[in-house]
Amino acid sequence: MQSLGIDVLFKGTNFIRLLGGLWVAVRISLISVALSILLGLVVGVLMTSRSKILRALFRIYLEIVRIMPQMVLLFVVYFGTTRVFGWNLAAETSAVIVFTFWGVAEMGDLVRGALISIPKIQYESAEALGLVPTQTYRYVILPQTVRRLIPLSINLVTRMIKTTSLVMMIGIVEVLKVAQQIIEANRRVSPNAAFGVFAVVFLLYFLICWPIGRLAAYLEKRWA
Amino acid sequence: MGQTLLKISHLHKKFGDRVILKDLNLEVKKGEVVVVIGPSGCGKSTFLRCLNALEDIQGGEVLLDGEPVRKDASNVSAMRQKIGMVFQSYDLFPHKTVMGNILLAPLKVQKRDRQEVEREAVELLGKVGLADRRDDYPRQLSGGQKQRVAIVRALIMHPEILLLDEITAALDPEMVHEVLQVVLALAKNGRTMLIVTHEMAFARAIADRILFLEDGEIVEESGDPKAFFEKPQTERARQFLRSFEY
Amino acid sequence: MDIDVIISYLPLYKEALLLTAGIGWQGIALAFLLGLLCAVITHLRVPVLRGFVAVYVELFRNTPLLVQLFFLYFALPKIGIHISPTVCGTMGLGLLGGAYMAEALRSGLEAIPAIQSESAQSLGMTGMQTFRHIILPEALSSSVPGIVANVVFLLKETSVFSTISLMDLMFTAKDLIGMYAKTIECLTLLVVFYLIMLLPVSVLGSLVERRVRHAEFGD
Repeated sequence: MQSLGIDVLFKGTNFIRLLGGLWVAVRISLISVALSILLGLVVGVLMTSRSKILRALFRIYLEIVRIMPQMVLLFVVYFGTTRVFGWNLAAETSAVIVFTFWGVAEMGDLVRGALISIPKIQYESAEALGLVPTQTYRYVILPQTVRRLIPLSINLVTRMIKTTSLVMMIGIVEVLKVAQQIIEANRRVSPNAAFGVFAVVFLLYFLICWPIGRLAAYLEKRWA
Repeated sequence: MGQTLLKISHLHKKFGDRVILKDLNLEVKKGEVVVVIGPSGCGKSTFLRCLNALEDIQGGEVLLDGEPVRKDASNVSAMRQKIGMVFQSYDLFPHKTVMGNILLAPLKVQKRDRQEVEREAVELLGKVGLADRRDDYPRQLSGGQKQRVAIVRALIMHPEILLLDEITAALDPEMVHEVLQVVLALAKNGRTMLIVTHEMAFARAIADRILFLEDGEIVEESGDPKAFFEKPQTERARQFLRSFEY
Repeated sequence: MDIDVIISYLPLYKEALLLTAGIGWQGIALAFLLGLLCAVITHLRVPVLRGFVAVYVELFRNTPLLVQLFFLYFALPKIGIHISPTVCGTMGLGLLGGAYMAEALRSGLEAIPAIQSESAQSLGMTGMQTFRHIILPEALSSSVPGIVANVVFLLKETSVFSTISLMDLMFTAKDLIGMYAKTIECLTLLVVFYLIMLLPVSVLGSLVERRVRHAEFGD
């Protein structure tokens, strides 16, 4: 049996290049998550607003995001905007826009859920102790909301990292693309490299997402 | 028993079109323990909540030390500090320890000295038998323990009056006792209290005065709890008491 | 937007939709069966198998479908396992979905109070009967929200099939854009066809969910 191609990864800078590709994926998700959390907090508070119109608008936004595959959104933003507006968005910018569009909706919904899940009695007993509304939020409501939100937003991070694998479809050179390039370049010397290289990519994703997921589960349990 | 502490006159409360409280009048003197009883839905809890301005009122006024208590008033926080309240459901803040729950308001609202407050908190916790639970989180406590912490959290503010809203209603019977003992001890020490309860034996033992509330009105008021429970003056109170076996 | 272009593309998109939906449903059916099997193994604490299930669930929940498909499609042939793109798509979706369904069903099983199986057994039911008539139906109904969410999620995930040269909706759109540069028309059709596939499922899902909730007592 021939070699299964793990050795290809130790030739030259191949492994470093692969990690570089992974970093592209992680970078896109980190930027998107940061934007999603900031904007999602605002959207989440607005989603609890009394205005019916505002709530309906956010509901529609959320449903669109829930129902459209991120891949379709990527295509629409990357190929569509060039056509309609004549913008020439860089692929990475398009990716960040799509992931943020998605993340803000998800995050907003999480924030809304966390806010309405705090029982009214919590507000009232804080008030009964003489806390003014800003103190009630600062010391009682927000700490509880944040505790509920942190595990959920960590989960969003892993979902984003996994979804960033799609960006190779709009031409971004991330870990899968680098893997393909490495396999392609070594086709002659190591025809079976696909097995080893893709197995390593599989493992790399797992090694990133699994610990983050465990952390979220741990925090969720601890702060339940 | 001294001067009037709390004066409620012509209190009206509506939820939308529904009248909850009609023209309630009551004076509570310093050191007095007033117990409010009545069927569920008679407005007892709403009544207490109005006294602490958790509800806005549609008519009449609530005066504490001659000063009005109103939801929209600028001094509402200062007034609430003088009125301690304990609710039926365990309302401890779940993200704070027992000590954290007790210290929050004295430190942040009253801006008191941490050392002094902590010392007092330890002393109060000792009195309610929870000295060893200061660093526990609410979820580690039983219902009765949570309610005792809630009482300490109210007491440490040095309120002039304590409002207790069915504080044993959500507890298992064996935990009711430990909470009621704490309240009885407070009464013995001359604490002014307004208590809504379904525990009739407790009401009888602790009350200086009994109010029987039904459909948002005071149907019967008695300064002699023993007489009230044995021979109520009104037919409605008689019917209500007959439904209890104690 | 050119209506004639849209009309001329319609048959191609229809083909692609049928392919996507076909593989999608087969994959989801596989996912459900696999998930149920895994959930039962975990719930009954079957030795050894339980360990395999745990590793499988963690591996597939923490990696993207695209990477899983690449592995199935490009890597397995190198060790002599050749699978057609269609089977590969179905398997990939089934394996990914199985891991998610296992989690949803497991929490459904865990949510059933012990008293339920105790009272079934006190009525003289055997362990197997208890499981079949009491535990499983209850677990399924309490897992419905999770299952519905997974079905929508898995149908959305089908959008990566084009990477293993399946002529699905994404593939068709990309192909036509490349060939004729009618970008707007192609993208509009892409969105519309995904809506055709996903909207009914999503609406149906929330209806089912509501119905099941009504069937529960209390809460």
